[in-house]
Amino acid sequence: MPKTLLQIDWLSILIVILLIAFGWSNIYSTTVTASDLEVFDFSKIYGKQLIWIGLGVFITVLMLSIEAKFFEKFSTVIYIVAVLSLSGLFLFGKTIAGQTAWYSFGSFSIQPAEFVKTAVALVLAKYLSEINVDLKKFKSQIKAAGIIAIPFLLIMLQPDAGSALIYLAFIIPLYREGLPHWYIVVGFLVAAIFILTLKFGFTIIAPIIFAMAVIIFLFNRKNKPKILKYILITILCTGFSYSVNFILNEVLLPHQKDRFDVLIGESNDIKGSAFNLYQSEVAIGSGGFWGKGWLKGTQTQGRFVPEQHTDYIFSTVGEEWGFLGTSLVVVLFTSLILRLFYLAERQKSQFNRVYGYCVFSVIFFHFFVNIAMVIGLFPTVGIPLPFFSYGGSGLWGFLILIFIFLKLDAKRKSLN
Amino acid sequence: MRKLLPVILVSFSAIIFMARLFYLQIIDDSYDEVSTNIAVRKVYDYPQRGYIYDRNGELLVGNQPAYDVMAIPLEVKTFDTLELASLLKLSPNQLKNQLNKAWRYSPRLASVITPQLTKKEYAYLQERMHKYEGFYIQKRSLRDYNVKHSANILGYIAEANNRDIKKNPYYQSGDLIGKQGVEEQYEEELRGVRGVKYFLRDIHNKNIKPFKNGTFDTVSKKGNDLTLTIDAQLQKYGEKLMENKRGGIVAIEPATGEILSLITAPTYDPDKLVGRKRSRNFTKLYYDTISKPLYNRPLQAIYAPGSPFKALTGLAALQEEVVDLDESFSCNGSYTYARGVRMGCHHHPSPVEMVSGIAYSCNSYFAQIYRRTIEKYETPQLGIDAWRKHMASFGLGDYLGYDLPVGRAGLLPDAEYYNRAYEYPTYNWYASATLSNAIGQGEVLTTPIQLANVTAAIANKGWYYKPHIIKKINEESIEIEKYTTKQQTTIDKKHFEPIIEGMHDVFNYGTAQFLQVPGIEICGKTGTSENYIRIDGERMQLTDHSIFVAFAPKENPKIAIAVFVENGYWGSRYAGRISSLMIEKYLKGNIERTDLESWILSHSLEDEYAKPYSGEPFEINQ
Repeated sequence: MPKTLLQIDWLSILIVILLIAFGWSNIYSTTVTASDLEVFDFSKIYGKQLIWIGLGVFITVLMLSIEAKFFEKFSTVIYIVAVLSLSGLFLFGKTIAGQTAWYSFGSFSIQPAEFVKTAVALVLAKYLSEINVDLKKFKSQIKAAGIIAIPFLLIMLQPDAGSALIYLAFIIPLYREGLPHWYIVVGFLVAAIFILTLKFGFTIIAPIIFAMAVIIFLFNRKNKPKILKYILITILCTGFSYSVNFILNEVLLPHQKDRFDVLIGESNDIKGSAFNLYQSEVAIGSGGFWGKGWLKGTQTQGRFVPEQHTDYIFSTVGEEWGFLGTSLVVVLFTSLILRLFYLAERQKSQFNRVYGYCVFSVIFFHFFVNIAMVIGLFPTVGIPLPFFSYGGSGLWGFLILIFIFLKLDAKRKSLN
Repeated sequence: MRKLLPVILVSFSAIIFMARLFYLQIIDDSYDEVSTNIAVRKVYDYPQRGYIYDRNGELLVGNQPAYDVMAIPLEVKTFDTLELASLLKLSPNQLKNQLNKAWRYSPRLASVITPQLTKKEYAYLQERMHKYEGFYIQKRSLRDYNVKHSANILGYIAEANNRDIKKNPYYQSGDLIGKQGVEEQYEEELRGVRGVKYFLRDIHNKNIKPFKNGTFDTVSKKGNDLTLTIDAQLQKYGEKLMENKRGGIVAIEPATGEILSLITAPTYDPDKLVGRKRSRNFTKLYYDTISKPLYNRPLQAIYAPGSPFKALTGLAALQEEVVDLDESFSCNGSYTYARGVRMGCHHHPSPVEMVSGIAYSCNSYFAQIYRRTIEKYETPQLGIDAWRKHMASFGLGDYLGYDLPVGRAGLLPDAEYYNRAYEYPTYNWYASATLSNAIGQGEVLTTPIQLANVTAAIANKGWYYKPHIIKKINEESIEIEKYTTKQQTTIDKKHFEPIIEGMHDVFNYGTAQFLQVPGIEICGKTGTSENYIRIDGERMQLTDHSIFVAFAPKENPKIAIAVFVENGYWGSRYAGRISSLMIEKYLKGNIERTDLESWILSHSLEDEYAKPYSGEPFEINQ
C-alpha cells in the first residue's frame, strides 16, 4: 500500500475529488430547504450523499489495497456475479417508476447496473488480452459482442434504455484493439441518417443519400470502385431512412419517441419532457457569465427543474455558477478523460490497456450523454453525471471503476 | 487513427459543449426575463371520468365538481386562522397541522390543505378566498351516483396512494384512481388524460397569464364512457329482496355470458364512498367483520354447492355411460355404501330414475351413479381425475376470467388431493371416501358466479361464454376475444335433455312446486348446504345455507341465475323464492305474485345471524 501511494496517479484523484466536492455543493443547493439547520442531517438527500461519499473513501482504499493481479484472475467470477445480480432483479428487485432496477434494503437501495460496467470492462480486458483473440475475425467479434450484450439486454428488460445505452461505450476499446473501421463508419452513418431523417423527412434525405453516393463514386473513379457495392450501400441507406418512421412509431416506447420529438422541436403531444428540458435550459441560460451565486438560483431554489439533484444537476451549476462554473466542469471532465486516455495508452500489458480504455470510454459516454441532454443537444436519457449526480450506487460504481484502473496503473511496471 | 479517435471525440464534444453553453449563457438573453422575479405555476386540469351506464342505457354513475383548497406555504401571509378554519370546516389545530405538513413537504410547492369541497361549500368560500394569500382552489371531478345499488360492481375512486404511484409512473400525488369493481378494472378507459396549464405570476402573486402563450399546455381529455351488461332494474330489485339477509345472487344471459346482475348482501350505498366522507365511511365498512359489507359474496364467497351439483353428477354419469335413463333405483330413506355407513335421504316417492331423481333430489340415486362413474376406472385415482375433467369443463375450480378485480377459484379436488388427504400409498382410499361429492356436500367448493355459469352451460346444453360485465365502450360494442370464444363442456348435447327435463319437473311436482311463475317455463334445482363457523376457536354448526339455481324460459333461455342465502335453511325457502321473483321481474317486468314478494321482503335473517354471537347455546334449522 505505501508503495502504491507513491506510484499512483494523483492528478486523476485530485480531479475526482474536485468533481465530487463541487457536485455535493450543488446537490446541497438543490435539496436544502429553508428550515434545515444541519449539513449532517442524514434524513435529507444531501446528508445521505455525504454518507455515500464517506463510505466511498473506504471503497477507494479497499480497491487500492487489493492485489493488482486479483482483478485479472477473478474477472470471470466478477462478471458472472454481476450478471446474476442483474438477473436476480426480476425476482427480488424493487420497482421504482416502472423500472425494476433496484435492490432495496430498508431505507436505501442499490442499483446493480452501476457496478456491472466495471465487471464488463474487466472481462472484456481479460478476453481481448488472450493470445488467440483477433478482432479482425468474426468469431472474436461475436464473443466480444456477447460479453457486452448479456448485461445490455438484461438492463433493457428492466426497462432502463438510458443505462443500457452506456454499453455502446465499449465499442471504443474494441476499435482500439483492432475492430475493423467499417463498424465505426456504419455506426456514424446509422446515427446520422436516423437524426437527419427525423428532422427533414425521408423525401429530402433520400435524394441527398443518392447524390452523395454519386459524388463519392465520381471522386473515387480512379480507384476503379465496384459499382455494385455502391448501389447496394445506397439502397441500404435509403431503406434505413425509409424505416425510421416505423422504428419511431413501432419499436420505441411512446415516452422514448417523445424525447426524440422534443429534441427536433416537433413535440405537440406530451409537453412534459419539453417542459423539463425547457426549465433546464432556462436555469442554465439565466446564469449568465458569473452565475447567480450559490443557493441563490431562482430556478434551482424554486425547484422548477425536475430530478435536478440527479440527472439534471448540471443545470444547477449553470444557474448558480454561470458560464464560469459550467466551463470549469467541462474542463475538469475533459482533463480527467484525456488523462485516463493517456494513462491507458502508457500501459504495457494489454489487459491494463483495454481496461483503461473501457474506463475512460464509460466516463466519457456518461459525461457526453448527460451534458448534451441537459443543454438540449440530445434526447432525454436518464443517466447520471459521474461523481456529480446524487446517488450512492452511481458514485461507488464510478469510484470502483476508476480506482481499479489507478491501482493497475500504479503496478504497471511490476506486472510484466 | 485508432489512437486518435478518442482524442478527437473528446475534444470535439468539449468544444461543442462550450459553444452551446456560451450561446445559452452569454449570447441568448431571452431566458433572463423568464427567470427573474417570475415563477411558473403548474395547474392541472383534471379530466372528467367516463360515465357508466347499464345495459338499457340508464345512467349509473356520472360526475360532480369538487374543489380542493391548496396552499403554497412560502406565500402564505398571516391570516385569521379562526375564520379560515371555520370556512373550511376544520378546527384551528387541524388547519395548523395541515399547513405544517405542507411546509415539511415543500415550502414552494402546492399541497392540498383540505380536499374535495362540494359545490355549495365552494360557492361560499370563493367570495372570501382573496383574503388568504398563498391559498387557492383547484377544481376536481368526483363521482356522482345516480343509483343507490351496485356498489360491489362499481367500486369507488380514491386518491392514488404511494404504492399506486410507485407501481405506475402515470400517477402523481393527488390523482384519483379506481379501486375495486369496474372503476379499478377499467381504470385506463375511465380515467381520461390529465391536462396541464402553466401560468406566469409576478412577485405579487397576481397577473396570472398563460406561460409562453400556452405553448406547453396540454388539454385534458374526458375518459371513455362504459356500458355494462348489468340490468339496473333487476339489480335494484335483487338488492331489495336480499335486504336483511346475507348471500349473493348472480344472473347471466346464457346466450352471451353477459352478467345481468351481481348482488351481494349486505351492501352499502355507493355514495358513502364519495369525497371527504369516504375515509370515515370506508373505515366503518371495513371494520364490520361480521356482516362484511365490502366482501363481494357472489365472486368471493365459497360455499359447498349442495344439491344443484347433482345435475353435474348426472351429466358425468350419462357421458361416462354408466347409467341408462330409465334404470330406476329404489330409495328407502338412505343409502348404505359401506358397512355401517349411510348417506341419509329425505322422504319422497320411490323408486326414481334420472328425471325424477333430479325432481325429488334423491341422495341415494346420485350417490350410486357417482360411485359407478368413479369405479368405471381401474383405480379411484383415475376415476376422480376423469370426473374432475368433466367438472372443470364447466369452469369449476377456476377464476373464470371475468372482468372484475376480485374472485376465488373455489375447490375442485383431484386424485392428488385425496392421495394427500388419505396419505396414499400408506393407506388406500376408494370412491366411497369421496361420495359426498355426488350431492355437492363433499370437498367441492364453488362461488355463486361459478354456479350461475354452470346453470348457463346447462341452459345452453353444453357450452358457455365466460361471464363478463363490459358491453360497450363509448357506445361501441366491444369484442374481446376471451368473451366471444365458445367454451365447450365435455358433455354431449343429448345428455342435457333429461337433466333439463328433471329441472323442469322440480317445478312441476318436485321440490319447488309452489314457486311456479304463470306463463314461464322455469327449470331449476334446490340446494341445502351444511356449514360451520369458528368463533374463538370453537367450531359450531349453523343453520344450512339456502341455495337455488334456475334458468328460464326452458326453450331459448334468457336468464340463468344462482342464489345463495346464508343460513336460509332449505333451498326453496329463501333462495328459491328469490330466484323465481328475479326471473319473473326480468322476463315480465313486474311482479304478479305479490304475496310471495311480501313474504321475502318481510322476512329477516338477522336473528339467525345473531345466534352464534349471542354467547348462549342455540338451535339450528328451525
